[in-house]
Amino acid sequence: MHLDHSHDGPTALSADAHRKDGTRRALRIGLGGPVGSGKTATVAALCRALRDELSLAVVTNDIYTREDAEFLLREAVLPPERITAVETGACPHTAIRDDISANLEAVEDLEDEVGSLDLILVESGGDNLTATFSKGLVDAQIFVIDVAGGDDIPRKGGPGVTTADLLIVNKTDLAPYVGSDLARMAADAKAQRGELPVVFQSLRGEAGVTAVADWVRARLAAWTA
Amino acid sequence: MSRAALLVLADGRFPAGGHAHSGGAEAAVKAGRITGAESLESFCRGRLYTAGLVSSALATAAVLGVDPRQLDEAADARTPSPALRVAARKLGRQLLRAARATWPSPELDALAGQFPKGAHQPVVLGLTARAAGLEPVDAAYCAAYESVSGPASATVRLLSLDPFDATAVLARLAPELDRVATRAVEAARTAVEEGVDALPSASAPLLEIGAELHAAWPVRLFAS
Ligand SMILES: Nc1nc2c(ncn2[C@@H]2O[C@H](COP(=O)(O)OP(=O)(O)O)[C@@H](O)[C@H]2O)c(=O)[nH]1
Ligand SMILES: [Mg+2]
Repeated sequence: MHLDHSHDGPTALSADAHRKDGTRRALRIGLGGPVGSGKTATVAALCRALRDELSLAVVTNDIYTREDAEFLLREAVLPPERITAVETGACPHTAIRDDISANLEAVEDLEDEVGSLDLILVESGGDNLTATFSKGLVDAQIFVIDVAGGDDIPRKGGPGVTTADLLIVNKTDLAPYVGSDLARMAADAKAQRGELPVVFQSLRGEAGVTAVADWVRARLAAWTA
Repeated sequence: MSRAALLVLADGRFPAGGHAHSGGAEAAVKAGRITGAESLESFCRGRLYTAGLVSSALATAAVLGVDPRQLDEAADARTPSPALRVAARKLGRQLLRAARATWPSPELDALAGQFPKGAHQPVVLGLTARAAGLEPVDAAYCAAYESVSGPASATVRLLSLDPFDATAVLARLAPELDRVATRAVEAARTAVEEGVDALPSASAPLLEIGAELHAAWPVRLFAS
């Protein structure tokens, strides 16, 4: 799935898997999904879980503020120079799919300024169920939904639910309160996704982000192999 | 050369980052200077004859082979607002990325080497037109059109303006786009002989002031 072609010239273009000096660039993973499903919380948890073993950075795509970036800064999940916010002009899905230039610039600046990175997480501003990341921007994508958004979302499908490399069904701790049927969500997700993985997660629970962090480690091992 | 390349370059969907910028429209909407189709038209006309003419001439001069470094300095000198300079360089860098992938050329690679953080967008636009095999006048039109199409589509989002009305505004401005492009080509040809000081320096103080205010807002939809 990785595009391995490279271009000549001073700066990398989009999907190039190598840096100017020929070494393999950072793995980029996109996190998309509806507003409020837990993307930023998952990014924060991933940073805490992985920052001691990996060199990582985050790009946020806020819809009209810098709130996600500011949350991550406030929580001090990473040093400030490793967190960048992209402005999306009222169209968050455009910035991650149809016109990825600002995000590519952010990614490139992070690599230039922080030095060699292993992993860059790109969070989408979040809008609807059809928003997916361009392959020119990320190497793998995670789609985050939650149990409170309605347990029929996996059944309804859509490109995010159906094709993301990993589907996270977040906030399982809330299922009893909102009357969501987790078994049904799992069966529907399986029907939509076949063999593609699904993680049911509660960031309030003890396991937290562990399963997703393991998935990221496996992707990274495959990327650098 | 293929004239059709102009359609590719001027297409609003050309992935060069423009969608995140309003060309000053967001600040003008907030200040009550754009409230509907009529005031959008006045705003676009003002931008066309000032920032639009300057951009158009810069882009044309780049196609004609004027040194990009000098053009970039000329653009700086014609852009008092630091926020607008930052935005123009950002957009230039993003356009350069898209252009190098779309029309690979040693000249564009060299430009990226010379300006790793981006040159003013019209300068990059001119060299992109050159790489695409277009004529100077094509770049003039492209820059002039962008100076009004950006604010028009941003206003559709900002005011929920009827998209047909916004498009009609652009259509009504077409004869004036012709005029501005013609003037830009003349000025650029003069600049080839006499240097970049011959390029137009029309400016719109409210656009500059609006951009500075806008850059300081904590909450906004567009980057500029
Ligand atoms: N109960 C519960 N709340 C969560 C969980 N994950 C995130 N949240 C909360 O959900 C809200 C929205 O999360 P956020 O990460 O900002 O969503 P985003 O819009 O997708 O980035 C925040 O108040 C989070 O604290 C979870 O697993 N369980
Ligand atoms: Mg968020």
